[in-house]
Amino acid sequence: MTGYLFIGIAFGVMFADKGYNFLWAGLMSLLVYAGSGQYLAVNFFDPSVSLLQVVFLTFMVNVRHIFYGLSLLDKFKVSGKKKPYMIFSLTDETYSLYFLTKTPENIDEGKFLFALSILDQSYWVIGSMIGGIAGTLIPFDSTGIDFAMTALFIVIFVEQWLEKKNRFPAIVGVVASVISLLFFGKDSFILPSMIIIMIVLLSSHRIEESKRKREGGNNE
Amino acid sequence: MNNLPISFWRSVIIIVLIALTTLATRAIPFILFPEGKKIPKAVEYLGKVLPPAVIGMLVVYCFKSVSFISSPFGLPELIAGLAVVLLHIWKRNNLLSIGVGTVLYMVLVQTVFA
Repeated sequence: MTGYLFIGIAFGVMFADKGYNFLWAGLMSLLVYAGSGQYLAVNFFDPSVSLLQVVFLTFMVNVRHIFYGLSLLDKFKVSGKKKPYMIFSLTDETYSLYFLTKTPENIDEGKFLFALSILDQSYWVIGSMIGGIAGTLIPFDSTGIDFAMTALFIVIFVEQWLEKKNRFPAIVGVVASVISLLFFGKDSFILPSMIIIMIVLLSSHRIEESKRKREGGNNE
Repeated sequence: MNNLPISFWRSVIIIVLIALTTLATRAIPFILFPEGKKIPKAVEYLGKVLPPAVIGMLVVYCFKSVSFISSPFGLPELIAGLAVVLLHIWKRNNLLSIGVGTVLYMVLVQTVFA
């Protein structure tokens, strides 16, 4: 979560550079709440960018959220009234925290996840406001601070790698993304990566199932 | 407030548009598979294997703008990234790994590879 404080500060500094003070940064973090989406969005506040482009680019950079929802359909079932907020706050960080943190025993999982989401966004909003203020007041070289996001994903990757059953999908994710990055370029590789990942995972699942059936298949 | 690159109201409209588009990407699965509707087996399986695959994709995503064929050949990213991996395997402390990695990267790009 403190990872969010860092990249929130980085966002605030970048937005302040554009001429938007900490209130704007806070407003955006409150309403949009998306790490890489907001980094990209800093470039939208320019007369040369059309509103249609804003919608299209935002969709492309955030399309991976569809994956998150798919894998949380079950987990969110119990969340009741809290569900709309939990869907709204489904960021990379919150999503990965769901898998990094174990709900303590004798605490309701729905409540725990909800608290996690709220806390996470608070860090994000506060971080971006701090960044906004710092960016206007103190001349401070924040170059490279956005590496916090990379570091966060690497940490989660390592955590998941240590569990053996995750290794195959992890490799599929990396290889598919690198291949489609090489083919489609850095601005449009996410959607093709997602499609390749789904095809590979689903077909390998099907192959394994039919193999199991052929072998007599009562190891379910 | 008078030195914004575009008008006040256009800025507000842009923020609202970004907010709605982002929300749409998050809500689509829950609209397609509302509670009570049976989730297909394949989707259920995807839910289990997608998390590690997506994180792999996000790591690649973070490195997408790094050029490995021109100077500094992605060295600051590789050094800081490797530091995060090793430190994390060693100490298993999220905050320590992220903090040290980020500061190391900032020092690298601002001094050594500036």
